[in-house]
Order: sequence, then C-alpha cells, then structure tokens
Amino acid sequence: MVYIVGVGLTPVGNHWSKSLRHLAVEASVKALEDYGKDVDYVVVSNMLSGVINGQENLGSYVVSHLGKIGTPAIKVEAAGASGAAASVVAQGLISSGAAEKVLVVGVEKMTDYTSLEDTTSALSTAIDSEYEGFPGGTLDAMHALVMREYMKKYGVNREDFSYFPLLMHKNAVDTPHAQLRFKLKPESYMRSPMIAEPITLLDLAPVSDGAAAIVLSKEPDGPNGNAEILSVGHATDTIAIYRRESLTEMPAIRAAFSEALERANIERGSIDLYNIHDYSSVLGYITTEELGLAERGKAPELFKNGGADRDGPTPVNPEGGLKARGNPVGATGVYQIAEAFLQVTGRAEGAQVEGAKTALTLSAGGLASNVIIHLIRGV
Amino acid sequence: MWAYWQSVPAHWREIPARYRLEGGECQDCGYRMIPREDICPKCGSRNVKPINLPRKGKVVNYTVIWNAPRGYEYYTPYVIAIIELEDGTRLTAQLTDVEPSDVKEGMEVEMVLRKTRVSGESGLIAYSYKFRPLIK
Repeated sequence: MVYIVGVGLTPVGNHWSKSLRHLAVEASVKALEDYGKDVDYVVVSNMLSGVINGQENLGSYVVSHLGKIGTPAIKVEAAGASGAAASVVAQGLISSGAAEKVLVVGVEKMTDYTSLEDTTSALSTAIDSEYEGFPGGTLDAMHALVMREYMKKYGVNREDFSYFPLLMHKNAVDTPHAQLRFKLKPESYMRSPMIAEPITLLDLAPVSDGAAAIVLSKEPDGPNGNAEILSVGHATDTIAIYRRESLTEMPAIRAAFSEALERANIERGSIDLYNIHDYSSVLGYITTEELGLAERGKAPELFKNGGADRDGPTPVNPEGGLKARGNPVGATGVYQIAEAFLQVTGRAEGAQVEGAKTALTLSAGGLASNVIIHLIRGV
Repeated sequence: MWAYWQSVPAHWREIPARYRLEGGECQDCGYRMIPREDICPKCGSRNVKPINLPRKGKVVNYTVIWNAPRGYEYYTPYVIAIIELEDGTRLTAQLTDVEPSDVKEGMEVEMVLRKTRVSGESGLIAYSYKFRPLIK
C-alpha cells in the first residue's frame, strides 16, 4: 500500500520572476510543510528542462536548492505523462523497501523560450522527431490529424468541439491555482486563430510554468488528509501516429484503464471524478469515450449536455484540465494526482466535487503513446 | 539554440530513407515500414530487409500548419499529410507544389526531393522527400 500524505502547488501561469529552481522549491516546501515530516527520497518529474533551460541532472539540482543535499534523488521523464511516471517510480521505491517516504515534485519552466516557434519545437520532441518532426510535423499537427479524422468519421463540426474548452474554462474560474481563470464565449472559440487545421489556439492547452509536489508514504500518516493509491494502469502505443491502425481510438487508454480497474478491484461506477489529459479538445473527447463515459463519437454531447460538469453524473476535470488549469508539461501529471488527492480529502476548495471519495487521473505522453492511470481513494 | 540545430551525421545516416524512400520489409510477415526497423513492429521478427518503397501514393489525412516549428517558418502555411504509398506503406510527409486549399483526401501524389530544413545561416541545409500532386 502506498498513500498520498502531503501536497503543495504553485499557481500555474507565466512566472517571469521565477526560475526552474524557484518553482520546484516552492511546491516542495509547501508539500513538506503540509506533511510535517521529512522524506528519504526525491523523485523529480520534468520533460523540457534540458531543451529549454539547459539544465539536466534535476535530482541533484532540486535537492541542492531544497536544502536536502545528500538525499537520494532522480528525474523521471515520459513527456506529458512524466508526473504520473514519477509517481509510479516513487511507489516502486516504497513497495520495494528502498524508501519509506518520497517527495514527488513535477516542475516545468516553459516561458524561458519566448517564441512560439521554439516552444512548438520543444513540445514536438514528444512525437517521432526524425520521421514526423523532421518533415515539418508538430505535436499540434498530430492532434490536428486526429481531429480531422474524428470530424469525418462522426460527422461533427468545429462548433461541437467548443463544448470542451467552454467547460474547462468555466471550471478553472473556481480553481485557485489555475492559469486561465475566465469564462470563454462560444463566439471567441469560433474566432480562434488557426494553429494546424482544424486545430485552433483554443483547442489546445496553453504554454505554462508551474510546479506541483506530493509526498508518498507507506503509512497514512499525513496530518491534513490521506489517500490510498488503489492501483496504477500503464500502457504504450506507437510514438509515430502514421503507424497506427486508427486515429480515433486510443488502445493504450483502454488497456491502462482495464488494468487499473482490475488491480484496484473496483467497478467503474464507483469513480466519482475523472482528471484527464486534454492536450487538445479532440484528445479530451476520445479519452472520455475510451473511459466509457460516452459512446464513440458522442463525447461532444456529453460535454454539451452537462454530463461532464462538476455537479454532473461523471465530472471531468473539475479544476479545468490542461486547457484551463494549464499544462506545465512535465509537472502536469503531478498536478493531476495532487488535484485528485485534494478532491478525495475534501480540500479542493471551489473546485470540490461534492462527496468525492474515489478519483481517476489519466496522464498521457506524446499523442497518448504513453498512458498512465491512477485510481485514488480518500481514507 | 537547440531547436535550430541539426548535425550533419544526424541527417546523413537517414539519407537512404530521406532521399530514396528506402524502408524495410519483414521477411516473415511481409509488413513494410519506413524507416526500416531492426525488429518488425507487427510480428517481432528480426528478419527485416531493406527495400525501396514505391514513390507514388495518395493522401489519406492532412493538416495545414500555420504555427511552424523553428526552421520551417519559411514554408508556412504548409501541408503535413499521412501518405499511403501504392504498396500500402504509410508515412508522414510534407506536400509541395500545391496550394493548401487544393489538397484533398485521396489526392494522388508522387515523391520529389526538396529542401526541407535549414539550420540557421551557417548550419546544414537538409534535403528529403516531399510529395507533390501526381503529374500524369
């Protein structure tokens, strides 16, 4: 058994006055203060510090600035799923007996690249750089191919994709640490600038800085709330999407979900909320379909009709998701687990789903080529 | 700046695929792929031989890129497509010699060798396959 026993978040946003180290330390100190005890291992999650900040070796980097010199520390990377992967590694350290209490801190400092071209290049290291990136493809372009296929297959139009960002922005208004805390108007979505047809700016997660930290322990000994990690489900798919059989199905999500349910030995009906990885509106839709919240091609209706609202039958991203909470990529998975932890311990403030006990988080690296699901229950 | 730079050997070793569509064919299950893998992604066989893939195919999916990565701004807007070659092998490629608004699904295309990426003023100029509408 591994428990989440402490949490600390920095607001997600454009932190011009803070460096990679300031963000990591701020979230870590908050989590350690929330827990009130020390840890014996540090696992850092990050995706782009080598590319954007010219800094690797984040294990020693973080403990050096955190005043924990000597504590064993490593970095874990799995693109957008880095944070969830760091949690997986930390759980392994605890289950194996190598550690008793582990600080998992996700950090990303994206705004040190100040042009969109460079940020696009950096994010596109999550796809096949030699055979998708080299011809001029980008991560956003791969999502665009998926969106185009989805529109064609199910006969849906651009307006149908607006329901996703509309809900995410609405939810983020109530989330203290969210980046985009404003409501979106349907007409703003329809006027949004084109990034890679048919993907527009408002279909995509923003560029973000941020750090999130959780403390994992083998005992439920947190003073402010504890949650058990019931299970993890983890699966991969081809990194290059031109080798996939279908663009509108994500078999890695299905595989990770059934594994997570089986290991936790719970029914899907007992999941109170879903914290998913919505790098794009279409990935948000396909993910909800793969998780069985909507029939194939029917996710737009789920979001249009309030089925995914915070007070609806199957709440999706009550904090606003990547779209509006923000996406400090390598830290995002830790934000997701931290948010789920706050939910199932009744501490999610304005974003709280009434009475939530069990939460699912789904993190995805690349275009759902590395999918990690956590099932978390308050104890 | 990392995003701007590509080394000569990093491009040079991909030349068979990028200049003449050299891929791989699994000798056990027949699956064809580009680039050639040492291990067949379909059946796991290690018996994969190089093969020159057909240079004609059709567009099965595409997107018009308005927000280009570093080193590709010059081409914006440009089309990135998934191409299915005549033998069924798929790859991702840039289209050329065509207005983005004229691109259609099912459009027949053929491979041409074109300048693809420039790494700054003093860096490598890399050439590779692009696809243009088939000239009949």
